[in-house]
Amino acid sequence: MENKDIGILIVDDELGVRDSLYNWFREDGYMVDTAQDAKEALQKLQQDKWDIILLDIKMPGIDGMELQKRIKQIDTNIIIIMITAYASVDTAVQALKEGAFDYITKPFDPDEMSHLIRNAVAQRKLTTENIQLRQKIDELSRLDEIVGESPSMMRVFELVATVAQTDSTVVIHGESGTGKELVARAIHSNGPRRYFPIIAVNCGALPEGILESELFGHEKGAFTGAQYRRKGKLEMADGGTLFLDEIGNISMKTQMDLLRVLETKQFTRLGGNQVITVDFRVICATNRNLEKAVEEGTFREDLYYRINVFSIYLPPLRERRSDIPLLANHFVQKYALSMNKSITEISPDAMDLLVRYNWPGNVRELENAIERAMVIGKAPSIRPEDLPFQLSAKQSSSKDESLEEMEKIHILNILERMNWNITRSAEILKIDRVTLYNKIKKYGLQR
Amino acid sequence: MNEPGPIYIVPIHLPMISLLKPLSEKIAATFHCLTEITSLPINPTSTYDPKRNQYNSSMLLAELITRKPENTYRILGVTDLDLFIPILTFVFGEAQLNGAAAVVSIHRLQNQFYGLTRNDKLLEARLEKEAIHELGHTFGLIHCRSDLCVMNVSTYVEYIDLKTPHFCQSCQKVYNETL
Repeated sequence: MENKDIGILIVDDELGVRDSLYNWFREDGYMVDTAQDAKEALQKLQQDKWDIILLDIKMPGIDGMELQKRIKQIDTNIIIIMITAYASVDTAVQALKEGAFDYITKPFDPDEMSHLIRNAVAQRKLTTENIQLRQKIDELSRLDEIVGESPSMMRVFELVATVAQTDSTVVIHGESGTGKELVARAIHSNGPRRYFPIIAVNCGALPEGILESELFGHEKGAFTGAQYRRKGKLEMADGGTLFLDEIGNISMKTQMDLLRVLETKQFTRLGGNQVITVDFRVICATNRNLEKAVEEGTFREDLYYRINVFSIYLPPLRERRSDIPLLANHFVQKYALSMNKSITEISPDAMDLLVRYNWPGNVRELENAIERAMVIGKAPSIRPEDLPFQLSAKQSSSKDESLEEMEKIHILNILERMNWNITRSAEILKIDRVTLYNKIKKYGLQR
Repeated sequence: MNEPGPIYIVPIHLPMISLLKPLSEKIAATFHCLTEITSLPINPTSTYDPKRNQYNSSMLLAELITRKPENTYRILGVTDLDLFIPILTFVFGEAQLNGAAAVVSIHRLQNQFYGLTRNDKLLEARLEKEAIHELGHTFGLIHCRSDLCVMNVSTYVEYIDLKTPHFCQSCQKVYNETL
């Protein structure tokens, strides 16, 4: 933003003041115009975009104070500098309270004026930059990163969109590698807290003492090695979202501490006395069955109820096989770009292998498999031999190879492929609709 | 096509006329044109503001424009009066951006104004810089961010001492394009 891109409008009923300010700013290279009263100023505000307005407080008709209110209704980010005589400093102070950037008492020193305008320009640039960055965040805050068209994923997208607008605590259930963190980030970046950080804590990866220090921070000397004060993740998440991954793996003591924080949004750093108040949204993720953990006594019931306000279930990849081609192609494009390789597709044989494989490591495993295939494969397509596993038509890598499990997976595949059209699925399976309904009920299959 | 006329240098209430000859030479060298020191019947009394005990530079500028000779290329008034524009406590000078006239005051360029020992050499250097600065505006030059460029804005006299009497490369380019 150069000076010529910054518009300054001078509103003053005295011609001498208007002219001298006009000439002064023109010599600085700004785009300048003047208005002799509020009416003319409002007209010029409609015609052009102004960055800074110098506004005389005392004017006949609508005075500067009233005009300031009207200008702020048109553009809240516009910088207003009030011009005042000594007699009306009180009014200028009132103007500051109502959103003016600063005031200046006439006549003023050239240096004072230069500083004030430089500061106003810097402020305007920051505001403009902030607006642009927010727009950029809004553009990026879409669900593009989560890939899937299966009915179960469409349901997840709906839930994410719904819950993102609220401040409710969310628990994301799903096996390892299903993309729980991606969903947490999608909820955060589509909600009102998106301009604040999302702080992720992997509760499962840290020993109890370290997790405590990570979450709550510590004061200098709180323990051996605490050489300086350190902010914890709870403090860092202030205003934003705290994502607690693998919440099911934290110790009973940390569960108790966490419950207290979640209820009061207050805590003290380790070794400290000062009570710190924070405001954050909580999103948890787990691959454990928390209800069962409560029953077994390894997870506090009160914490469970505190966090389980809204829950989202992420199906494992084997339960949404129709998404595999979409995901696989997505990863091919991603790695082709980052590795600068000209592999653009997956051969039908390789795709067949990918679709039939059971993916115990879910999307993460699929991504790794594609990444590896991209490294060793040759253009133009990924072939079966590029994949890290070989699967014969008769094989399946399901952990449970019982006939019942096979039947469950097969029925789910067909249902997903037919978009849960019962009649068409029953035709393909060569069973009647009632039998299919019975089997859906028996295996607890859901969209 | 007629040759442009000179840059007229007009003393207005200026006892130290001796300042004008070296100034005239430097202006001629900077703007590559003729210069001429001339007297015009300009009476600053009407520009005096008794409340401020200062002279309105915009009014003085208007007076200069009214009285400028027909073949004027540019006209520069030099005065020892304390100048102001209504919104500012003082100005070292004023010019018409892309116009014909400029005015500079030596009042606040003199060391004595700040309680320091008189230094005519320093005054001459300051006057040269401010005169070129104001005349630069008449050629459409705006304030420059380069600290050393003569078009850098000086809100304190010390800032005048820091800059050189020359245009920086980009201001020189803009000036050349106006010719």
